[in-house]
Amino acid sequence: MNFTLVIEWLAKGFVWVLVLLGGFAYLTLYERRALARIQVRIGPNRAGWQGILQPIADAIKLIFKEELMPAQADKLIFFLAPVVTLVPALVITAVVPWGPKPLHLFGRDITLYIADINVGVLYIMSVTSIAVYGIVLAGWSSNNKYAMMGGLRSSAQMVSYEIALGLSFVSAILLAGTMRMTGIVEAQKTNWFVLLQPVGTAIFLIATLAEVNRAPFDMPEAEQELTAGYHVEYSGMKFALIFMAEYDKMIAISAIGATLFFGGYNGPFIDQFPWLGPIYIFLKIVLLLFGMIWVRATFPRIRYDRLMAFGWKVMLPLSLAVVFITAIGIILAQEVNALLIWLIPVASLLAGFVAIALMYRTLRRKEYARA
Amino acid sequence: MPVLEPLTGLVKGLWTTLASMFEKPVTVQYPEQKKPLRPRFRGRHILKRYENGLEKCIGCALCAAACPADAIFVEASENTDEMRFSPGERYASTYEINLLRCIYCGFCEDACPTEAIVLGDQYELAFTGRSQAIYSKEMLIEAGPAHGKPTPQVTTPGLFTRSVPEMKNPVD
Repeated sequence: MNFTLVIEWLAKGFVWVLVLLGGFAYLTLYERRALARIQVRIGPNRAGWQGILQPIADAIKLIFKEELMPAQADKLIFFLAPVVTLVPALVITAVVPWGPKPLHLFGRDITLYIADINVGVLYIMSVTSIAVYGIVLAGWSSNNKYAMMGGLRSSAQMVSYEIALGLSFVSAILLAGTMRMTGIVEAQKTNWFVLLQPVGTAIFLIATLAEVNRAPFDMPEAEQELTAGYHVEYSGMKFALIFMAEYDKMIAISAIGATLFFGGYNGPFIDQFPWLGPIYIFLKIVLLLFGMIWVRATFPRIRYDRLMAFGWKVMLPLSLAVVFITAIGIILAQEVNALLIWLIPVASLLAGFVAIALMYRTLRRKEYARA
Repeated sequence: MPVLEPLTGLVKGLWTTLASMFEKPVTVQYPEQKKPLRPRFRGRHILKRYENGLEKCIGCALCAAACPADAIFVEASENTDEMRFSPGERYASTYEINLLRCIYCGFCEDACPTEAIVLGDQYELAFTGRSQAIYSKEMLIEAGPAHGKPTPQVTTPGLFTRSVPEMKNPVD
């Protein structure tokens, strides 16, 4: 292994972690401003120009806050849990490619991704599964019943929605014919997978909301029921780490969504101007993050049993149907006519319609039962 | 289509919040922008003066008696024609209001026989210590009118014998 290569990896990793940490800071500001606008307010605009220094003020406040540790807490695990939550959130985006052509810098071709492994999607799935440990351990080691319940809810919710999430990944993998992230992006040069598999994209977006514990699936940290859920006992910088992990997970999941379904760095004129790639993916991430904020501003938290019912009785069968439809469509396109690929969106939208109709029927039936 | 209700309901909700994004924010950028006060707003107290510069307060302490929070302390002294602060026999030599106790009910205003104490329009009352919240007479009294003289004044004897002036019914 050559020494300069190691330096290159380290530099890229360092820059990427800095981007994620800075992104976390400004995502908090972005969310607060966007939420404020939706609620017909202005939001934080005092610290610096238009509140641009607000995250720095928040960071300083959090660093200087007193750190408390409950006397009965499991000290080691209590200390490790924020780290275990944060690290997967940071390393998960290592496989996301940022641009088509390598950057020519210092006489070397520097590729615009940290790792291009041939099981990129599998890597994402496995790392997201680790993230749940941090939350469960944080909840358990706090020795607080609310934290414990938050952790348990989080694990149940993540396990349930991970299946739907994984199956929505499968449809992207099938359409691209590879698990390599760069390959998936290249396969979307003509058609983004959101056009070919709109229902799969919708499943992905809903499941990721549950995965990152965002509203309306934020039961693990329901303020009204669990005071703050799994991070009640955390304060100061440890709380900041958990908070950071949550927001970095949002960024990561948006980057993955942009790459798998919204064409990654692809966009108009990408072939002539490869430097547009990072800009395109950045814009897509910002838009997807806005979607999350928008949903948070709109919908109330759903009931826990409904969340589970929705995950197991709607999302799972629908995502299975989507995988079958995608597979059949691809076979038809390969064996009969390439245009038959458009059967996939039609058939999957039909499947989505059936799912909605069945949901409607169930809801109506419950209404009758209550009356 | 009613069957699509689970979806259209969500879309309608999303549309509502998106539309509200483009409304004008209701926020008032406070220290720079201030909302106009209502005419009957009750802010910090002001001790008034007459046109000629004499204080309206005659030190009767009816305000202190009316105060439900016991926030007002009044001590009266005798007026003389050589050192006249207010019309009549007496004036308030000490007049203190503890603004941390005051509930801004305006009973003092109602009790005052000379309309000397008035709840003004100042509401920016922040203190860093309790002693700062006790406003003395010098802090409460309004500045003397431009053509009048400051108190104490030397006045001609027999001119200001009446403490309570002739008054009309108040108008807002």
